[in-house]
Amino acid sequence: MKFKFLEHTADIKFQAEGKSLDMAFKNAGLALKEIISGDIKIKPKIKKQMKITGKDKEELLYTFLEEFLFLFDTEDFILSKITKLKIVGKELVADVIGDDAEDYKFTNNVKAITYNDMFIKKQKDKYVCQVVVDV
Amino acid sequence: MIKKISDYEWEIPKTGKMNVPGKIFASEKLIEKIKQDDTIEQVKNIAALPGIIKASIALPDAHRGYGMSIGGVAAFDLKKGVISPGCVGFDIDCSVRLLKTNLTESDIKGKEKQISEQIFRDVPSGVGKKGRIRLTEEELDEVLKNGAQWAVKKGYGVKEDYLLTEESGKMKEAKPEYVSQRAKQRGMPQLGSLGAGNHFLEIQKVEEIYDKKVAKVFGLKKGMLTIMIHCGSRGLGHQVASDYIKAMHDEYGSAGLPDRDLVNAPINSVLGKQYFGAMAAATNFSFANKQLITHWTRESMKSIFPKFKADVVYEVCHNIAKFEKHVVDGKEKEVLILRKGATRSFGPGRKELPVKYRKTGQPVLIPGSMGTSSYILVGTKKAEEVSFGSTAHGAGRVSSRSAAHKNLDLEKVKAELKQKGVEVKAGSWKGLVEEAPAAYKDVDEVVRVSHELGIGNLVAKVKPLIVIKG
Repeated sequence: MKFKFLEHTADIKFQAEGKSLDMAFKNAGLALKEIISGDIKIKPKIKKQMKITGKDKEELLYTFLEEFLFLFDTEDFILSKITKLKIVGKELVADVIGDDAEDYKFTNNVKAITYNDMFIKKQKDKYVCQVVVDV
Repeated sequence: MIKKISDYEWEIPKTGKMNVPGKIFASEKLIEKIKQDDTIEQVKNIAALPGIIKASIALPDAHRGYGMSIGGVAAFDLKKGVISPGCVGFDIDCSVRLLKTNLTESDIKGKEKQISEQIFRDVPSGVGKKGRIRLTEEELDEVLKNGAQWAVKKGYGVKEDYLLTEESGKMKEAKPEYVSQRAKQRGMPQLGSLGAGNHFLEIQKVEEIYDKKVAKVFGLKKGMLTIMIHCGSRGLGHQVASDYIKAMHDEYGSAGLPDRDLVNAPINSVLGKQYFGAMAAATNFSFANKQLITHWTRESMKSIFPKFKADVVYEVCHNIAKFEKHVVDGKEKEVLILRKGATRSFGPGRKELPVKYRKTGQPVLIPGSMGTSSYILVGTKKAEEVSFGSTAHGAGRVSSRSAAHKNLDLEKVKAELKQKGVEVKAGSWKGLVEEAPAAYKDVDEVVRVSHELGIGNLVAKVKPLIVIKG
C-alpha cells in the first residue's frame, strides 16, 4: 500500500507510507495527485525540480504538498510522477514530472493542506504520515 | 459532559484548560449529529485560547473543521486575546451575495438550458480555472485595498452593489503589503472566477415569504427570481492563511496546543496585526470577485432578456475576523470576533448596516446544499445578546465525500435533481455527487433552530431552478 483514504466529514484525510521517510513523502505527494486528478492519466511532459525547507518534518511535509497547489494555481502544473525525492535534514529536493493542467479537466479542488490530525511516525520498518486537506 | 440548558441550547461546562464554557445552539436532532464528529472537542479547544470572552460558540450547522469547527464563533479581549488564522479558515471570506431580478419563473420557462450554458460560458468556474481579466501587480494591490469598490470604479457594476455588501465591499484595514508574493501569484490569474467544490451560482425562485414586512424592505416578493453567488478569495486567501500559520508557528510555536492549525498571535503583536491586514486584503479580493461575477451574470442574462435587471439585496461574509462592539458584562466593549462558517446577524440599529436595513436588521443569507432551498433571514438583537451577533451559515456536512461516493449514485442524484425541476450545469459530475443534498444536514432544521432561538428570523425561502457549479 502506498496510501489510503480515511473517513472525514468535511475534508479528505489520507495516510501515506513508505520504507523510508523519502518514500512516505513521495507517496503523500501521489495521494494528493490522486485527490486532484483521480483516474485521469497525466502525461509526463514537463520536468520540474523542487527545493523545500521546513523547520520540522511536519512543516516540510506541509510545504512540500502545498508547493503542488502553488504550481497548479500559478503555472498550471499537474503532477504525473515523482522521479526522485531526497530529504536531508531540514531540506527536501525532488524531481517531478507532469503536464499542463489546462489540457485536462479536474474534479476535486484542494483549497489547502492543513495540520489537522497530521502525524509522521516511524512504525517498525516503515514511515507513515497522515494529512487532512481542505477541499 | 454536555448539559442541556433549553430546547435549543447546550453547555459544555468549563473544565481543564478551558477559560470559558462552550455553548452549542442546536435541536435534539442536530446535537446528535454534532456529537458524532470532533466538533465538541474543537469547541473546547477554542475555549482554552487566551483572552476568549464569555463562551466558545457552535451554531446549529456546526461540524468538524481544522482548528476551529465550522459553524464556530468566538470573541476575544483586545488586550489579552489572540488571533488565529485557523479560526477564520483557509477560504477567507467564503461568502454569499443575493441579487433580486425583474423576472419570474414563467419568463425563463423552456430557456433553462440556454441560460445555464450562457452563464457557464461567461462566468469562469471549475478547479484551477482562471478569471477573465488579467491584472498587473499594481492593479492587484488596488483590488486588495479597495475590494468591490475597485471593481465598480472599473465599470463592473454600480455603487449600490457595494453599498449593499458587508463592510461596503471594502475592509478599510486591508494591508496588501502583508500579503506574500506567493499569495499574490496565486490570486492574480483567479480574480473573477467561481472556483469548485461547494461554490456555486444559482438562479432561484422566491417560494415562500414568512415575514411580509421585512421581505418588503429586502425587496423580495413571492414568485420573483433571485440569483445567489457563493464563493470566496480563491488561492490568494488560502495562501494568506497558510503563510500566517507558518509565521506564527515560527514565532510562537504550537507547544500546548491540541492542534497546530490553532497557532495564534496576540491581537496586538506585529504578526497579529499583519495577519489581520492580510486577511482583510483577501476579503477585499473576495468582494471584488463576487462583484465581477455579478457583472458578467448580468451581461449573460441581458443577452437573453434585453430588459433584464438585477439589484443586490446583500452580501454576507462567512469566514472572517472583525473588530466589533458588543455588550460584555453590561458594558459595551470593542472585541475581536472570529466567525468560521458563521454569518453576522445584526439586529436593528447597528451603524455597520446600510441605512436601508437599519430599521429591520440585516439580511442573513443561508445557502442550502445543491438543489435544496436556501433561506433569507433577518438579524436580531437576541443574536447580539447570545451569539455575538451571529447565526448559522448553511447546511453543514454530515457525510464524508468518500461516503457520498459509496452511497450515492450519480444517475440517481441527477434524476432526483431533475425531478425537483433543477437544471444543473456542472464542470464535474464527480463533484456533483459530493455536494449532493444527502451529504448535508437538513438546512430546513438549521434555519428552524435559528428562528426558534431568535438569533436569525425567517423572512423568505428560495428554491433553486438553475445551478451552475465548478
